[in-house]
Amino acid sequence: MLEQRPVAVRMTAIHKHFGAVAANANVDLTVHSGTVHGIVGENGAGKSTLMSILYGFYQADSGQIAVFGQPADIRNADDAIARGIGMVHQHFMLVDTLTALENVMLGAEPHWLLQQADAQVRSKLNALMASTGLQIPLDSLVADLPVGDRQRLEILKTLYRGAKILILDEPTAVLTPQETTQLFGVLKRLREQGTTLILITHKLKEVMALCDEVTVMRAGQVVANVPIAEASIEGLAQAMVGRKVHMGRSADTAAQTGAVLLQAEHLSVTDSLGVFRLKDVSLNLRAGEIVGVAGVSGNGQSELIDVLTGLLTPDQGQLQVLGSQFEPPHWLNPSQARALGLAHVPEDRHARALVMAFAAWESAVLGYDDLPEYSSAGWMNHAHMQHATVDMMERFDVRPRDPQLPSSKFSGGNQQKLVLARELGRAPKVLLVGQPTRGVDIGAIEFIYTQLRALRQAGCAVLVVSSELDEILALSDRVLVMNQGRIAGELPIADCTEAALGMLMTGCQV
Amino acid sequence: MNTLPRWADLVLLPLVSLLVALLAAGAVVALVGQDPWEVIQVLVHGAFGTARGFSYTLYYATTFVFTGLAVAVAFHGGLFNIGGEGQAVMGGLGTGLVALWWSAFLPAWLMLPIMMVSGALFGMAWAAVPGYLQAYRGSHVVITTIMFNFIASTVLVYVLVNHLRPKGSMSVESVPFAPSAQMPAVHELLGRIGIEWPSSPLNLSVLLAGLAAVAVYLFLWRTRAGYRLRAVGSSPGAAEYAGIKSRHQVVMAMAISGALAGLVGMNEIAGVSGKLILEFVSGAGFTGIAVALMGRNHPLGIVLASLLFGALFQGGAEVAFEVQDFSRDMVVMLQGFIVLFSGAMTYVIAPILARLLGWISKPLASKTTPGVSHG
Repeated sequence: MLEQRPVAVRMTAIHKHFGAVAANANVDLTVHSGTVHGIVGENGAGKSTLMSILYGFYQADSGQIAVFGQPADIRNADDAIARGIGMVHQHFMLVDTLTALENVMLGAEPHWLLQQADAQVRSKLNALMASTGLQIPLDSLVADLPVGDRQRLEILKTLYRGAKILILDEPTAVLTPQETTQLFGVLKRLREQGTTLILITHKLKEVMALCDEVTVMRAGQVVANVPIAEASIEGLAQAMVGRKVHMGRSADTAAQTGAVLLQAEHLSVTDSLGVFRLKDVSLNLRAGEIVGVAGVSGNGQSELIDVLTGLLTPDQGQLQVLGSQFEPPHWLNPSQARALGLAHVPEDRHARALVMAFAAWESAVLGYDDLPEYSSAGWMNHAHMQHATVDMMERFDVRPRDPQLPSSKFSGGNQQKLVLARELGRAPKVLLVGQPTRGVDIGAIEFIYTQLRALRQAGCAVLVVSSELDEILALSDRVLVMNQGRIAGELPIADCTEAALGMLMTGCQV
Repeated sequence: MNTLPRWADLVLLPLVSLLVALLAAGAVVALVGQDPWEVIQVLVHGAFGTARGFSYTLYYATTFVFTGLAVAVAFHGGLFNIGGEGQAVMGGLGTGLVALWWSAFLPAWLMLPIMMVSGALFGMAWAAVPGYLQAYRGSHVVITTIMFNFIASTVLVYVLVNHLRPKGSMSVESVPFAPSAQMPAVHELLGRIGIEWPSSPLNLSVLLAGLAAVAVYLFLWRTRAGYRLRAVGSSPGAAEYAGIKSRHQVVMAMAISGALAGLVGMNEIAGVSGKLILEFVSGAGFTGIAVALMGRNHPLGIVLASLLFGALFQGGAEVAFEVQDFSRDMVVMLQGFIVLFSGAMTYVIAPILARLLGWISKPLASKTTPGVSHG
């Protein structure tokens, strides 16, 4: 039945490289008119890149695009809009200080007199709102609108510009369940009216509920393309994360776990929009174990690490770490954490772990500059610091071994090794690592794993947050899965399959 | 993208900027019918050619070192302090007030340090308030320091007119300080050890400026406090991660910055006027921004840039005096070009220079090491 519909979008043999990374490799995509087409995949699978190419943000290195049968050379968003393609971004592109109506007409004012334009847009929008059921208060400031309204406004904006093909990037990421239901109602209605919808998501339940056809991407390639009648959540999860189960465990797995070194209870964090980033999270870390935190990026993992390292004070919760107890508002701070023996390898190396403008040796003492061997009476001992840096570089094989080189000049892997050398150098009792191998060249990954395992053998409690399931499976003794700011489940490593983890990650119960 | 090697960034780029500025200014001089070559000769001779001229150059440079260092310290903390003017005014007020109160009965060896500390403290306090507002209230330091410039100058006028001006006097200035509050002039000191030196406003503050430059260098690159300040300035996220309290650093950076600007009073009030007057800063706070920009926010660069600007002030005055129909405004224009090319236009010149260097070094490299890639 799908095959009989006309084709709205056909992308053929799309290639897109960023540096050495193939974001899209030989991708084919066919979207039929008047359907909802789901594109699912893990972070970095290439689905956003593909849609950015369709919407004109990027140009493909090679490949063809045809829209409604016409070959399309889409060089920018204007080209895309002219061909009836609209996109609703995950992060809304709205001007907070303008009203909803003003946002719709921004860049497409039909008249040079604002009052005239206002009236024209208003009548057109009223008709559009009535036919689609997308009701929003047109004269409210965007800043005052709830998230659901903002999203409806974004959709309305693209429809107003004549979009017949609507790309939605993770549309439910910021919505409550009720708002999600409401959104799906609207989307179904749009489909009935003949709009083609492309839904980028990682929530498989939503795909099953809404889509007519689904394309699964992994590592820049399409690995499955099935009508929804032939799809199942399990099958999709398998296809999405389904690299061969890589239990790359070292032989020394059955390490003796010891005392609880870190215990967090009922941690909750809300952001400025009032959305829970972390909700009632409790966990503990024992000496001699590596606990992995799996989850799709943006489900509260970063906030969890920030709270546990003292960078972020939670709204609620308790923390007991290495014999000290903290409760908001008197939360742990990063200096205290270090003094207690809690080390942190941040996920964002460029913004947090190193001062890019500093020489390597200056970055190599970051956070530890007040140690007596580095400074006394406020004076820094440059010679000792540089010696220590050369030492770190030797032990962790940082190349080039030049302590004077600016931190920014090292490759990602060598920067990460320098950070690890710094954080591991003080024999921490608890180590929190965010994305240990993100942006790290393959050669360094095994080295980093070895170091982390050695630390566990030495009786350190290690928490590893990673969006790479392989990594979680290779390192962890037990795995916590986060979804929408909560711990969706905890599994001992023996029970971890990628499919089971994938289900928890996407918010389904096992 | 091409990036400049460090030596080129520190030495070549400022020189090229200066050259371009001189060429541009020379073109304007030629346009108004003057001989640019004659003007530059008079200027250089006026600034460096005579002992008296050179003393004036150093005297002007002294003030610029203080304000330039002030801008640089704040800059390393990630702050753009354009309130050097107001901080210098308040520093001068602090210097002058203690001199008026105590110079009659304190000896110079006690009086001068007190004046220096008082000037620094006044400047510090004046800068710490915007620093505090930035750190704890998010009021942007650029806005507040500008406003504080206006407030400082009116405070000075108010204090002078309503409190310090002797009764019946028509001029807006205080009574002269006692001699113990006079910063010794260089020509007097040299005369005392038998070296003949022409009279000039150059005073011992020039040594103070040199010490301040060394102190700023040591502070920024040798102390933990300076390290932390630079960390906050170049990466607030990393500083937070390191457990550095960035708010403290912001207030501290502004306080140190203000203290440095406050030392201007030692050169102008204690060194030259010998009494509290109006207009003793006369734009040096703003020139300090250009100086810091040109000196790449490094103390040594700032000293050199201060010498350049001092030479422009002194040489410019000579040119206005010597060359007919050449007004002082032309000198201001020249300064404007230098600020433009060494500051704003650096980012236009740098890529061109980098490409040029690339062209020059590529054939050389391929000649010396054939087949070796330098990517």
